[in-house]
Amino acid sequence: MGDAPRRYCSGVSVTDIRVRGLRKAYGPVRAVRDVSFDVARGEIFGILGPNGSGKTTTVECLQGLRHADAGEVSVLGLDPRSQVAQIRRRIGSQLQDAALPDKIRVAEAVRLFASVGDGKVDMDRLLADWGLETKRNAAFHSLSGGQRQRLFIALALVNRPELVFLDEMTTGLDPEARREAWRLIEQVREMGTTVVLVTHFLDEAERLCDRLVVIQAGVLSATGTPAELVQRYAGGITATFTADVDEASLAGLPGVTAVARRGSSTEISGEPAALLHLGHALVQRGVVPTDLRVHQPSLEDAYFRLVGMDGADGAGGAADAEEPAPEGGAR
Amino acid sequence: MNPRPWLESARVELLLFVREPMTVVFALVMPAVFVLVLSGVFGDTPDPSGAVFRGVGGSTYYTPAYIGLAAASVGLILLPTHLAGYRERGVLRRLRASGVPVTAVLLGQVAVALALSLAGGLLVVAVSFLSADPVGAVDPWGVLVAGTVGALAFALLGLALGALLPSSRAAQGAGVLLWFLVFMLGGAGPPPEVLPGVMSDIGDFTPLRPLIIALQDPWFGNGWNGGRLAVLVGIGAVAWAVAAFRLSRD
Repeated sequence: MGDAPRRYCSGVSVTDIRVRGLRKAYGPVRAVRDVSFDVARGEIFGILGPNGSGKTTTVECLQGLRHADAGEVSVLGLDPRSQVAQIRRRIGSQLQDAALPDKIRVAEAVRLFASVGDGKVDMDRLLADWGLETKRNAAFHSLSGGQRQRLFIALALVNRPELVFLDEMTTGLDPEARREAWRLIEQVREMGTTVVLVTHFLDEAERLCDRLVVIQAGVLSATGTPAELVQRYAGGITATFTADVDEASLAGLPGVTAVARRGSSTEISGEPAALLHLGHALVQRGVVPTDLRVHQPSLEDAYFRLVGMDGADGAGGAADAEEPAPEGGAR
Repeated sequence: MNPRPWLESARVELLLFVREPMTVVFALVMPAVFVLVLSGVFGDTPDPSGAVFRGVGGSTYYTPAYIGLAAASVGLILLPTHLAGYRERGVLRRLRASGVPVTAVLLGQVAVALALSLAGGLLVVAVSFLSADPVGAVDPWGVLVAGTVGALAFALLGLALGALLPSSRAAQGAGVLLWFLVFMLGGAGPPPEVLPGVMSDIGDFTPLRPLIIALQDPWFGNGWNGGRLAVLVGIGAVAWAVAAFRLSRD
């Protein structure tokens, strides 16, 4: 694996998580077959993949909630198999599918989780940050799905951890609350906390993650910054417009890979630079279409191409996992 | 070791149990109501032949017996339902992942179970003496020790059931069934002397029988029953081992 850490502390690269050849099976089901990556201090690192691909198992192995069958795992320089208590004092965790007792109140939960650290918590600030200030004495079962999710994130961060795992962080949040959660996570990162984000929201990963990996069928199928994955897997831009132009002349423009006629519309596909050449060529011909629409590829395009391209057996992914990660891509 | 999560867990567990209506019904109300009704039915005149109620009056027999029943209610119904619910909904996983020691949660539950059992037992004694005229405990310290050991044994048994049963509904169903079994055959319902032989023999194997005898012996002036206390300690030790083993594999 070549996805070396790109953030630096005092000029020295610090790796908070190091995973090599992780394997984990549940009986005959090989949930994680071969996963390797590094997470640098202070970055937001995304783990993407379809349901059942091994994302949650991977982060559970990192937190010592499950024991890996094989491979090397180091979290904050510690071994989750033998030093789990030390690790848990320094990390925060938002688990998928894990609740709280129905009748515990919000403030009681905060105090309980804070007791693991120094016990000091600015309750008002924490609850206000996560929009729970009016719910201080509300029982957990009375909270809406979004409020529960915000409470879980607040609890994961209550002890100001060095590293926080957020598994499906914004599931159940409305669009406004999701954006607010993103803003707060970026603040958390600004304070130096490393964030591991397990998500299947591609817009969230594209917005927040410095780097990410895609896991399919227990195997790493891609790694890099969101921009690198878009560039590598999403295909090029597509420009569509209505104008009477010679298709053959457009096909010869630099960067253009395909020209297609769809009814009265012309669709040009190609590299991002093709757009400039197309514009130049149209203006030169005195053609200024008023309905020019450009589709920029996103992480979503890259992700679905990856998933579709590699199929379910992960064979293609295994090959991709060996490719060195590009350098210098952190946003 | 940081004591804060241990203390905070115990505090939260106490609050959660107190908020549960089942707690009030099974640990506090039911044993007190039973002793009220049965004391009224049987009075406290000993059977002249000495063949039932171990030679004492009904009220004197049932008062220590229902101290034991309060502990059985907590251990067989309340605690397993609570713990199995935690496991079913991933509460223990969330706490464990956040560094809250699961042992602290479990010991908090045991401490709360002990306090509830003793409170239920005190209520039984108070109702019994207010409504009837049982003979008082000859050796109250012996009763307190037996009550404490028994409540601990049942609390640990409750942890084992909660660790083994898959859901709170399963735990509640199994707990209520077990509770009726030990109630009817263990000596808190019909006195063992009137049970048919095989039922009385089965009752001997319920964990409530040694607790009731361990409570009654010092109450009646027969001294401490070391053998029955040892059985209770054994039940508690095995139950703790089972719970610890099962929860470590969750």
